[in-house]
Amino acid sequence: MTEVLRSTANNTAVAVEVTGLGKRFAVDRRQITALEDITLRIRAGAVSGLIGPDGAGKTTLLRLIAGLLAPDHGTIAVFGLDPVAQPVAVHAIVGYMPQRFGLYEDLTVQENLDLYADLHGVSADLRQERFRELLEMTQLAAFQDRLAGKLSGGMKQKLGLACTLVARPRLLLLDEPTVGVDPVSRRELWLIIERMVAAGATVLMSTAYLDEAERCREVFVLHASHLIGRGAPDEERANMQGRCFAVTGANGSKRALQTRLAEQPGLVDAVIQGDFIRVVTVDPVPPGLDELGRDFPGLRVSPVPPRFEDGFIAKLKPRIAEVTLGKMAAVSAPPAGPGAAVIEVHDVERWFGDFQAVKRIGFEVRRGEVFGLLGGNGAGKTTTFRMLCGLLPPSRGSLRVAGVDLRRAAAKARARIGYMSQKFSLYGALSVRQNLEFFASAYRLDNGRRRIRLHWALEEFQLTAHADSSSGDLPLGHKQRLALACALLHEPEILFLDEPTSGVDPLMRRAFWSAINALAEQGVTVLVTTHFMEEAEYCDRLVIMAAGSVLAAGQPQEIRAQVRRPDLPNPTLEDAFIQMLHNIAGSDVGSPQESPVTGLQGRRRQTFEQP
Amino acid sequence: MTMSARHVPLSGPSARRLRLLGLIRKEFLQIRRDPSSIAIAFLLPLVLLILFGYGVSLDAKHVRVGLVAEKPGPETSDFLSAFEHSEYFQPILFTDQRAAREALARRQVSAIVRLRSDFARLALSGQSAPIQGIVDGVDANTARLVSGYMQGVWTQWLQRQGDQRAEESTQAVEMRQRIWFNPAVRSRDYLVPGLIAVIMTLIGALLTAMVVAREWDRGTLEALVATPVSVGEVLIGKLVPYYLLGMGGMALSMVMALYLFDVPLRGSLWVLLLTGTLFLLAALGMGLLISIVSQNQFVAGQVAIITTFLPAFILSGFIFDIGSMPPAVQAFTYLIAARYFVAILQTVFLAGNLWGVIVPNALALAAMAAVFLALAWRRMPRRLG
Repeated sequence: MTEVLRSTANNTAVAVEVTGLGKRFAVDRRQITALEDITLRIRAGAVSGLIGPDGAGKTTLLRLIAGLLAPDHGTIAVFGLDPVAQPVAVHAIVGYMPQRFGLYEDLTVQENLDLYADLHGVSADLRQERFRELLEMTQLAAFQDRLAGKLSGGMKQKLGLACTLVARPRLLLLDEPTVGVDPVSRRELWLIIERMVAAGATVLMSTAYLDEAERCREVFVLHASHLIGRGAPDEERANMQGRCFAVTGANGSKRALQTRLAEQPGLVDAVIQGDFIRVVTVDPVPPGLDELGRDFPGLRVSPVPPRFEDGFIAKLKPRIAEVTLGKMAAVSAPPAGPGAAVIEVHDVERWFGDFQAVKRIGFEVRRGEVFGLLGGNGAGKTTTFRMLCGLLPPSRGSLRVAGVDLRRAAAKARARIGYMSQKFSLYGALSVRQNLEFFASAYRLDNGRRRIRLHWALEEFQLTAHADSSSGDLPLGHKQRLALACALLHEPEILFLDEPTSGVDPLMRRAFWSAINALAEQGVTVLVTTHFMEEAEYCDRLVIMAAGSVLAAGQPQEIRAQVRRPDLPNPTLEDAFIQMLHNIAGSDVGSPQESPVTGLQGRRRQTFEQP
Repeated sequence: MTMSARHVPLSGPSARRLRLLGLIRKEFLQIRRDPSSIAIAFLLPLVLLILFGYGVSLDAKHVRVGLVAEKPGPETSDFLSAFEHSEYFQPILFTDQRAAREALARRQVSAIVRLRSDFARLALSGQSAPIQGIVDGVDANTARLVSGYMQGVWTQWLQRQGDQRAEESTQAVEMRQRIWFNPAVRSRDYLVPGLIAVIMTLIGALLTAMVVAREWDRGTLEALVATPVSVGEVLIGKLVPYYLLGMGGMALSMVMALYLFDVPLRGSLWVLLLTGTLFLLAALGMGLLISIVSQNQFVAGQVAIITTFLPAFILSGFIFDIGSMPPAVQAFTYLIAARYFVAILQTVFLAGNLWGVIVPNALALAAMAAVFLALAWRRMPRRLG
C-alpha cells in the first residue's frame, strides 16, 4: 500500500516551490511587511522546519502555502498546483493544522474525526479502519467520547493532528504543533509525524524548539520577514565545528561565570548546561580565559560537538541590535544571611470542590536561589504558583513567603514580591511611562522614590525611547522588558515569573535569563515556571510536579542522576521528566513501551531513501 | 502496523452531500451542547409569549380614577356612578381637589375627574356643566385611553340626562362604534402574532450572528477554510439547522398563540409557514452577514441586537403603530424585514388570507432574503486576511 505513496513522493522531488513571495498587511493604516522576497523549495517525502523568532513571518508563510492567504507578490506551487487559482485542488491534498487549536471543543473526539472525514470525503468503508488507526496512533482511543475541550493540551494537539490526517494529505503543514505541549506528548507527536513521513507524506512545520529543528531534513530560518538561512541541520552543525566548547570548573559559581563569559569579546554565546558552561566562539579557536583565571581558578576548556542551535544563534546575533535587559544594578535586596529560607511550603493542599489540584506538597527556596517549577498541563504548577503569590489561599498546610504567613497576611507578603504573569498583563492602551506610574502607585512608592525608580526602569530596560508610545504596540521583546520593569519597580526580594520565555525566540530567552541571573547574584530570590527543559538547567534547584504531587526535587544534576542507567548514561532533564511521569501509575501520558528512551537531542533523524 | 492506502476521496455530488451533512450534523451537535442557544430558541419564546400574552396589555382596564365631588348631591353621584359601573375604571372618592392631586402625584390614581361645587346647579339648568379631567400623562398610551373613556362616560351620562328630560334635545348625529377584525379589542390578539416575528428575529439573526463569529473567535474557521469545503456549503450548513430551529420556534409560538391565548387564526396555516420561511431566510441572511463582517462574537451580538431585534420590537408595527410615526421614521421602517412579516401575521391571524396585503409584503421579504443571502455569500471569506 505504501508503495503507491512512495512513488508519488518520488515522482515529484519538490513538494512546494515558492518564488519571490511577498505579503503585506494593513494594520491601522500602517503597512506591515510580513514576508519579503521569499524563495524556497520544500523537498517531498521529508520533514522540513521553519524556524525564527516570533513575528518573523512563519505563520504567514504556512497560511500562504495552504491557500488561506493570497500573496501580494510571487508565486507558490504545491505539487504543481497554485493555491490561489486552484484552492479546492490544493485543499484536497494539503492538511493544515493551525497554531491555535482549530477543532470544535464542544464536540467529542469521535465527532471531530467524523466531521473531518465528512469534509474530506472519506468514504464510509475506509473510515472505520482509518479512525482505528489514528486513535491507536494518538492513543486517544480511550477518550473517544470525551469533549475535545476537556482534553489536556497535548491530547488536543494529537487530536488536531489526527483530524488533519484523516484525509491522508500529501503535504502536512503544521504551525508550531508542539508549543506548550508537555515533553511526553511532544515525543508522541513526533512519532506520528515520522510515521506519516515514512508513509510518503511531506511535512513542513514551524517550531520554536531548536532541538526539533535538528530532526528536520532541511531547515529554513526566517527573521524579520526575510529568509536568512537554509540548510540541513548536519551542515549547520558542520559549519560550527571547532567553535563550541565546554567550560568546566566553576563549581559553586556557575552563574557568575556564565555572566562573565557572556561579556567576553570573541564569544557569541554562553549558556549553562548541566555542570558546565557551553560557549560558542566567533572564530574556530578556544576561548581565551586568562582574564577570568583570577576569579575562577581551575577552569578547563574542552571542545564539544556543535548543535543546530549554535548555528542559529551565531547567525541571528549579528543581525539583532544588542538584546539586553539591563544590568539590574539598582535592585537592592536586603542582605540577609545566605541560605536562609525565604519561601517555605509545608504539606500544602488545594482542593477545587472534590478535585485535589495540589496534593500535600512541600519544598523550601533559599535566598538568592533561582528555583524552577516544572510540570505539564494540569500538574498543579499554576495553582501552586498562585498560592505562593498570595492570589489563592491553600486549603491546608502552611505557606510562608519572606517570613510572612500567607494565610494571615497575604497583602503584606505581596508588597515584598514581584510578579510577572505568563500573558502580557499590562495596560496596552497606556504608554510605557503610564504603566510604570500606575504600578508605582499601586505599590505605594512615595514621590521621591517613584521618580528614582521610574528613571531607573526606563534607563536600565532601555525603554526611554519608547516612554510615550502605547505599550500594546511595542514589539514582544520590549513588552517583556516593560513587564519585568513593572514587576521590579518596588524592589521586591522575591520575583515570581510564570513562563516568562513562552513564545520568545532563543536570543530573547538568553537575554531574559541573563537578567534573572543578575538579579539572583544580587540576592533576589527568583521562582520561575517553564516548559523549556533546557531552561530548567539554568535553575539552582527545581521541583518537578505531576498530577498535583512533587515527583522530584533537587539540583538539576541530582534529578538527572536519578534516571541514569547503563543504556542512558547522560540523561537530560527531559529524559528524567519523561521517565518520572512513566513511573507514576494512572497517568494518561502515554505507555512506556511506545516512547523512545533517548531525548530529542539524542535522536538523530531517520535515514531516508533518496528520491 | 502499516498505513492504510491513500484513499481516492469521493468527489462530485456525493462528496458535496457528505460535506453538507457533516456540517449540519456538527451544527446540531453544537446546538445541543450549548445551553444558551437552546435557551434562545425555546425558552425565550416561552418567556416572551407569556410576558406579552399575560403581563403586558395595552387595554386600559380597572384604571384607578380619583373622583372629586366638591359638593356631593344626587346629580354628582348619578354622574359618578357611571364610572363605578364601568369595567374600565376603579373609582376612588375624594372630597377635595388637594387630596386627589396628592394621590395623583403619588401615582395612586391615574386620573382625576372633578365636579365643581356648581355642577348640580348648572346641570339642572340645562347649561353646560364644566367637568375637569386631569390625566397623568407620564404613560402617554394609558393617558390617551383614559381620556377617551372619560369622554365616553361623559357622553353617555349626557344622553341619559337628555332621555330623562323628555328627549328635548334630539341628537342629529349619533356615533356608533363598530370594531372590525378584533371585535373584543383584545390587545393580546394582535400582540401575540406580532411577537412571533420578534421571536423568529431572535432565533434567526441573533443566533446565526453569534455562530459564525464564534468560529472566527475560536479559530475553527481557519481550520475549516483549509478543507475542501466551499463557501456555499459553509453557509448552507449554517442556514439549515437555524432554519429548522426558527421554524420550531415559530411552531411553538403558534401553538401557544392558538391554544393558550385563544388568538383566532382566520387565514391559512400554509400561508404562515411560507411567509415565515421567507422572513426567516431574510433574518438568517442578515445574521450571517453581521457575523461575517464583524468576526467577533461580542460585536456580532451587539450589532445583531441593535440592527435586528430592537427594530423588530420597536419599528415593525408590533407594538407601535407605524402610521403614527414621523415620516422619516416611517420611511426607515421599510428597511426592516420584521415590518412586512408583522403585517402578514396580523392579517392572516385576525383578518384572513387578504392577498392584497400578503403578496406585496411577501415579495418584499423575498427580496430582502435574496439581498442578505447574496451579500453573506459574497462577503464570506474564501481565505483569511
